This record gives sequence, C-alpha cells and structure tokens, in this order.
Amino acid sequence: MNVGVAASIAFWIMAIIAVVSALAVIVTRDIFRAALFLILAFLTVAGLFITLSADFVAAVQVLVYGGAISILLIFAVLLTRDVQKGNPSNRMLKPAVFLGALFAATLIVVITNSTWKLSGDSPPQGTTAAIGDALVNSYVLPFEIASVLLLAAMIGAIVVARGRDE
Amino acid sequence: MTGEYFTDYTAVLVATIAGAVMVLSGFLAAMVVSPRARSAMKDIPYECGVVPFPGRGWTQTHIRYYLFAILFLVFDVEAVFLFPWAVIFLGPEVASAVFYEMLVFMGILFFGLIYAWKKGVLEWR
Repeated sequence: MNVGVAASIAFWIMAIIAVVSALAVIVTRDIFRAALFLILAFLTVAGLFITLSADFVAAVQVLVYGGAISILLIFAVLLTRDVQKGNPSNRMLKPAVFLGALFAATLIVVITNSTWKLSGDSPPQGTTAAIGDALVNSYVLPFEIASVLLLAAMIGAIVVARGRDE
Repeated sequence: MTGEYFTDYTAVLVATIAGAVMVLSGFLAAMVVSPRARSAMKDIPYECGVVPFPGRGWTQTHIRYYLFAILFLVFDVEAVFLFPWAVIFLGPEVASAVFYEMLVFMGILFFGLIYAWKKGVLEWR
C-alpha cells in the first residue's frame, strides 16, 4: 500500500478517536473516567504528531501530557472533595457553548481564508537532532532559563503544599 | 511524505495494536468464560475482606502526595530536554561546551532536589 495513503488512514482513525474521546470527556458522568478519556485524547494527538513528521513533539506529548499532566489530573481528582457528585453540567454551560462556538467559527474562518503554502522540502528525518542542535547552540540561554522556571515551579509547589505547620 | 520515516513507525503502530488487542481480549475472555453469580453481598466494594465503611467512599488525601506529582512533572520535563541533548552528544564534532551546558541545566534543577530533600518532602511519614 502507498505510504501516503496509509498515513492518511492512520491520521483519520486517530483524529476520530481523539475527537470522540474529547467529547467523552465532557459527557462522561464519572469524572475519573473523564480524566482517562482525556489521556486517550492526549495519546491520539501524539499519534497525529507522528503522522505530521513531528516525532519529537509526539514523544514530548506522550511524556509530558500522557505522563505528567495526566498524573496531575488524577491527583486533582483524588484531592477534590465533591468528586462523587460526578461531572455535572454547571451554570457556565451556556457561556461555554457560546465561547466554544465563537472559537470554532474563528478557526473555520482563519482556516478557509488562509493561503496554505506547501514547502518543496522533504520533511526532516528525525527532528530530535535539529532541536538538540538548536538547544545547545542558538538557544542556550532560554534552555538554561527553562531550568530556572522548573526550579521555581518545584520550590513554589513545596512551599504552597507544606504550608507553615511543618 | 517519505517512506522510511513511516515504516519506522509501523513498529510503534503494531505494538500499540498488539497491546490493545491483548488487553481487550483479556476483558473479552473474562466476559465469555467467567461464571456469574450476582448477589447484593458480592456487589459491595472489596476492602480487605471487612465490611466497607458506611457513607461516602472518600477521605481527604493529604496534599503532600501532590508534591510527588509535581516533582515527577519537573523531572519529566527535564528528561524531555535530555533527549535532544543526548542525540546531539553522540554526534560528531561535539564541543565540550555542550556537556557543561547540560551540567548547568541539571545543576540548577539539583538545587530544587536538595531543597525538597532538606524540607523532608521525600520522606515517608
């Protein structure tokens, strides 16, 4: 089978799974199952990145979203007192639908009005090396500052979570 | 679309499908093969064999557990930065600066680990 056709089939299967699981996040009553559906959506988006030849982004998507963010979500469910009330529709439903429709309309207008230019270059064979090269040569300072940001997040979390009692 | 890139990922695809099939076939086998005898007694949650505590099945979890999640997140992101660096590091003509750049990066994060250690976050109490 043609590689392009196979990639297109893979794209559509994963796109459908991503959209369906994203819808399931909203309509599922059990908030823990909603979190699991969100993780499924994250993982299928990682697959979509692979079909777009963005393999490093896909790996980051699995590591950070599939791993770390989903753990934060599940901990948030664990720490929430009203979790047994489930995943109810709240009074923000109408504004949320309005804003969502507005956002979707904006996206559709932008997508249909843009002139999409196709690059003649072939996609890079493995983006990781190029990103690594950029990190250690052109963007050394942002790279090091990222560690300071992570340090701030870590110390901030420790200070907030421990409080004054201990 | 380049062929080689996608043929590399067919292995990932096959592994994903195989994993899904293994889990689903386990569930399916349990549905088909297992005998079922429902009773109200059997439907109560299993809590080490004792009768479950009445009322809401939820207790306040200490916020301390959240710190483990945050620490995991930070070092997970650190690992994300390690991957492209490691790919570069194996390549030809690597300047020694590349090594020290990562050393500085990890050194800064190491302060956070020392802080967490000093504050007793890593201790189980």
